[in-house]
Amino acid sequence: MNSENAVELKNIEMHFNMSKEKLESLKEYFLRLVTRKLMFEDFVALDNVSFDIKKGDVFGIVGLNGCGKSTTLKIISGILTPTKGTVETQGTIAPLIELGAGFDFDLTARENIYLNGSVLGYSKKFMDSKFDDIVEFSEMHDFLDTPMKNYSSGMIARIGFAIATVTQPEILIVDEILAVGDFRFQEKCEARINQMITGDTTVIIVSHSIEQIERLCNRCVWLEKGKVKMLGDAKEVCEAYRNAYR
Amino acid sequence: MNIKHKGLNRFFADMKTFFPLLMNLAGKDFKLKYRRSFLGVLWSILNPLFTMLVITQVFGILLKVKVENFATYYIVGWSLWNFFSESTSMSMSSVIYGAPLIKKVYLPKYIFPLEKCLFALINLMLSLIAVLAVMLIQGVFPSWSALLFPIPVIYCFIFCVGFSLILSALTVFFRDIMHLYSVLLTVWMYLTPLIYPFSLVENTPFISDIVRYNPMTLFIEYFRSVVMYGTVPSLETNLLCLVISLLTFALGALIFSKAQKRFILHI
Repeated sequence: MNSENAVELKNIEMHFNMSKEKLESLKEYFLRLVTRKLMFEDFVALDNVSFDIKKGDVFGIVGLNGCGKSTTLKIISGILTPTKGTVETQGTIAPLIELGAGFDFDLTARENIYLNGSVLGYSKKFMDSKFDDIVEFSEMHDFLDTPMKNYSSGMIARIGFAIATVTQPEILIVDEILAVGDFRFQEKCEARINQMITGDTTVIIVSHSIEQIERLCNRCVWLEKGKVKMLGDAKEVCEAYRNAYR
Repeated sequence: MNIKHKGLNRFFADMKTFFPLLMNLAGKDFKLKYRRSFLGVLWSILNPLFTMLVITQVFGILLKVKVENFATYYIVGWSLWNFFSESTSMSMSSVIYGAPLIKKVYLPKYIFPLEKCLFALINLMLSLIAVLAVMLIQGVFPSWSALLFPIPVIYCFIFCVGFSLILSALTVFFRDIMHLYSVLLTVWMYLTPLIYPFSLVENTPFISDIVRYNPMTLFIEYFRSVVMYGTVPSLETNLLCLVISLLTFALGALIFSKAQKRFILHI
């Protein structure tokens, strides 16, 4: 792998079984096996996708719903294993794919901060040292010992964002999350991401807001039906994307 | 979190990174189990006592099972059996219930069954307090050999983790196992000398072999012999226990590692 690259995707293919119902019982499985009906409709979510992301890039991914944006992010962050092709990454990854993944709503915010920290692979000691930062950024002082089921969705998103961005990861993956919270908090989030961008972090952003991609990114890929339609300078790709669907 | 790592290296890197998560999840289960109950952790000690009372009444007095110190005999065996049944049945669905996490962040998936086994181990430790209480009340005083009790527990733990890995991986693909397993557990329990002595089935040809070679019989008899009879099992028994638990563990690790890549497509 080229040492200048943070992420390399080579000929990635991702197939999903689109069987109408998953075979969830033994009887069904053997019946179909015997009758040779164990066939699936093959759905190709990503087809021969290759691109590199250089260290320090702010890389945008645009495309219509269902074009494979989130699948690409999941492959980069290691959640999905591609059917074909290779993915290589260098450096620590902070996935902001869905905020607050792993919150347990019966636990209090204080307990959840530690739980979610460990989901992202941070030690208890590290979380102790960052605890105040997280509370302050998410503005949750008064609700720390309330079970999270009593929280509003905005509050949950705020805590989730604060935890996920508490470190300076080498690769930050951001999926649509800037659409949560009120405008004041959105500005705060963007400011924090900008701060990371200046600090050498490679950022990968998926967003439906083309303005946001244009404003933040230097490079961009446009996916259409699982294929790379265009790859290059963010301004040019966004321009073409906007014109194509007008 | 570095995708460059492959195979064993990946395993050890993950283990280091996600050890706090393992502890946190087990701690979370423990906290949630007792939250909002007045007696809290005390239930872990009271429950075995109540179960023991019911069983000794039914089997000791009504059905007249002839075992010396039946209450102790039962609760010692029960505690280890309960550890097995609790850890495996919780592990079974653990990967499925872990879906919200597995779908959103990269995690080593074995965390989920392993965590349930750890949680069951904590419960076992608490129920040992009840075991000790029953022993003292019945006047069965443990000898120095009782200090060896961690050995059968460790054998059993390794066995449980292995078995849980197999169960949890298969359950992702075949949900029927969830319904079938409670039946299997009941059968398995009656094939383990918990509420009867081994001598009861000794002369029944087929059954006696099953009971004898049932791994849980092995672990439970070992547990009883050090805790209540003051004898230390032979080297042979130890080797047998070790081989059974390690083989189960190896098989579990193999099946789980082969299956885990496809989990996300089925949960």
